[in-house]
Amino acid sequence: MGSAHSVPAEMRALADRTGFTSEQIEHLHRRFRQLSRDQLTIRKENFDSIPDLEFNPIRAKIVHAFFDKRNLRQESSGLADEINFEDFLTIMSYFRPIEMNMDEEQLDRFRKEKLKFLFHMYDSDHDGKITLQEYRNVVEELLSGNPHLEKESARSIADGAMMEAASICVGQMGPDQVYEGITFEDFLKMWQGIDIETKMHVRFLNMETIAHCY
Amino acid sequence: MGSPALTHAKLLNWLLLLLLTLLCLPAAAYLDEPKSSSSLLPHYEPGHEDAVGSLQEKRLQVFTVDYNYVQIPYEVTLWILLASLAKIGFHLYHRLPRLMPESCILIAIGALVGAIIFGTDHKSPPVMNTSIYFLYLLPPIVLEEGYFMPTRPFFENFGSILWWSVLGSLLNSFGIGLSLYGVCQIEAFGLTDLNLLQNLLFGSMISAVDPVAALEVFEEASVNEQLYMMIFGESLLNDGITVVLYNIFIAFTQMHRYEEIESIDILAGFARFFVVGLGGMLFGIVFGFVSALMTRFTHNVSAIEPLLVFMFSYLSYLSAETLYISGILAMTACAVTMKKYVEENVSQNSYTTIKYFMKMLGSVSETLIFVFMGVSTVGKNHEWNWAFICFTLLFCLIWRALSVFALFYISNKFRTYPFTVKDQLIISYSGLRGASSFSLAFLLPVNLFPRKNLFITATLVVIYFTVFIQGITIGPLVRYLDVKKTNKKESINEEIHMRLMDHFKAGIEDVCGHWSHYQLRDKFKKFDNKYLKKILIREHQPKSSLVSLYKKMEIKLAIEMAENAMEISKSSTASLQSCRNRRVHRLSPAEVESMRNVLTHNLYQVRQRAPSYNRHNLPTNTREKQAQEILIRRQHSLRQSCRKGNSLPWGRPASTTGTRYLSLPQGHGQPTWRKARHVTFTALQGGRSRSDTPNVIKAP
Repeated sequence: MGSAHSVPAEMRALADRTGFTSEQIEHLHRRFRQLSRDQLTIRKENFDSIPDLEFNPIRAKIVHAFFDKRNLRQESSGLADEINFEDFLTIMSYFRPIEMNMDEEQLDRFRKEKLKFLFHMYDSDHDGKITLQEYRNVVEELLSGNPHLEKESARSIADGAMMEAASICVGQMGPDQVYEGITFEDFLKMWQGIDIETKMHVRFLNMETIAHCY
Repeated sequence: MGSPALTHAKLLNWLLLLLLTLLCLPAAAYLDEPKSSSSLLPHYEPGHEDAVGSLQEKRLQVFTVDYNYVQIPYEVTLWILLASLAKIGFHLYHRLPRLMPESCILIAIGALVGAIIFGTDHKSPPVMNTSIYFLYLLPPIVLEEGYFMPTRPFFENFGSILWWSVLGSLLNSFGIGLSLYGVCQIEAFGLTDLNLLQNLLFGSMISAVDPVAALEVFEEASVNEQLYMMIFGESLLNDGITVVLYNIFIAFTQMHRYEEIESIDILAGFARFFVVGLGGMLFGIVFGFVSALMTRFTHNVSAIEPLLVFMFSYLSYLSAETLYISGILAMTACAVTMKKYVEENVSQNSYTTIKYFMKMLGSVSETLIFVFMGVSTVGKNHEWNWAFICFTLLFCLIWRALSVFALFYISNKFRTYPFTVKDQLIISYSGLRGASSFSLAFLLPVNLFPRKNLFITATLVVIYFTVFIQGITIGPLVRYLDVKKTNKKESINEEIHMRLMDHFKAGIEDVCGHWSHYQLRDKFKKFDNKYLKKILIREHQPKSSLVSLYKKMEIKLAIEMAENAMEISKSSTASLQSCRNRRVHRLSPAEVESMRNVLTHNLYQVRQRAPSYNRHNLPTNTREKQAQEILIRRQHSLRQSCRKGNSLPWGRPASTTGTRYLSLPQGHGQPTWRKARHVTFTALQGGRSRSDTPNVIKAP
């Protein structure tokens, strides 16, 4: 079962950093090799080879998220051109389910990381705020899979959501105050009541790479 | 809170007095007449013959009483009324619903009625026999449960729910049955004539869970969704499974004597279980689709839409019962399937009618069953056996706890969000028994079960214990354990995020290359949108839940706006001046940009109030007319529907004053509700200023 690229010591380091078990890492590595066609890095074009992803309305954002340098924990911002296996694992680690043995602090950190990932997905121009236009983009993309919906509806929905966010985050605003955008702190406030840990996770247990992915 | 409650209480007192006098009337009437009315069909002929015959001896009777003619409907109606009054009183007194679940009151009323009937030595009307129960009383309850089920959480947890309810029921039934059989073997208790089959049957009967009370408590304490769904789903499937088991065991008891049962019969029993269960669901789904298709063509005869819904569900139940397939599961599947498409097709009024009528029927059935249970309590058909009853109670509790912990331990391994020990404790404690157990016990055929009274007594004891003691203590328990709460705020943001999350998860799973039930759901949704909705829904425009939620809130908001239009417009002119002054000074592009931003936030107000004015080139402003139309035409009815109820699964109407996401500009205090009247928008001069005033977004 050993793949030629994996080295035990490296794997252990990866496991420590990302929190996956070695079996999961092996599975993911196999998948990575499949996607990259045995290269060491993946580019955006490689994601086109996943047929099911075509039907996903937010396909562009998902692919984008993989290459977003902020998600890859690199100091710079912008988009990377290609990612290697370690980056791949880093992105995947955002979707790990919570473990029962986490303490409060770990849980909190975990939660913040997941929310930060989500935030980056909304904030496409990397300025640290989700403006109305960005929000509109997100909603339009979200509803783009539905051919019968007009763009108008998507926009109004985004507007409504923005106003709601403003009322939650800022509360009472003065007559000439302007709500510019949702910052990360506001974003956290909005998510206070909802358990992101239980909703944002993927089961990495049973993974059978399906042959028809090509 | 003081005086309205007081007047309500006075009214209630008068009503109760009236009711009691009405009750005494039949009692008195009955006591006067000879106790010979053994047949309870309307004595039309004999009664009147009597009167006519006696005519020859006495004078013409000016005033006669013929109570027997109306006895059955009269008493049934009285029971229902009494229970309804009790419910009203229950909810008027604010502290009571927190203390105990509603079923307690119903049972208490039933016991009261039973005491009255027993005391006056009256013969109660035969509300309950097998056919009446299974054909008339049970279907409304099942339909109500199935129709109001929140589908999305149900299907998300479907695997766990199925695993838990099927195996849980089986484990409980067999466990309790076998343990009781073991106890019966002990000579000292005098129970040796209860054979294995009877015990197994009793076990299956008593494991029918009726967690309505637990669900009430959960709803009030806002426990997390998974927990709620587990209990809800369990109760939904549990009824069907229990009845299936019950029928199988009765068939066994009828067909064979105990010694003749061979393994082939047991295998046949298993196979029958699956056929009955799955067949029921299939039946239900087919009927659901047919009825959804029917409702597509009813736009000219919208008055029959509720009829279609009810009749088709009932038909699915009856057809399934004809073939000895589980009618309960059929009806549940029918309701679940039908609901999605029917809701799109029917008119608003029909939708409301369906909802309320269903609730009404369900509550009438439940009331009758509880009252009858109370009547049986205070009666002569009891047999008390300390050992049997105590062990029954004990085994019920033990086996439920065992099955919960064992089954959840296994299913937790497959869940990404495992149930904690606290959750499991709550689930095992919320195994309240109710009407279904009692009905099944009551309907046991006496020829096969000579000791039927023992079973009835045991069932009643278990029901009383669980409903009263567990029902009352489960509230404090949930609060004490501090079970994880849910955030039931209905907000657009949340909906958007959830949708995004779903798609993202599906995407990640695609990237990982493995299949999971999100993709299954996606595929189903695609299939649904492409084929099913086109066939079954009228104007086949697939709407997303996001849009429906949004539209609902928009309408709510629009109503509020319209009602406060007058008040706001007056005060706007003052601010207009100040704003205009300020604006003169700030005209840098950045400020204009931010103004534009602010104005787009003011979208709603502008739409409603300033149809003609357009100073800052608002990006989207094309739907005012539509909004106006909606408002003017449906103002009143929409406000009613917003206030009273909506299709939130959690059963309680969202309070409109609490969910306001926009503010009304010019910070006033709380706006006052006004009567609906035509608000003409064109004449609003003040409307012009709307678009100038910067955004004032207040927290609700």
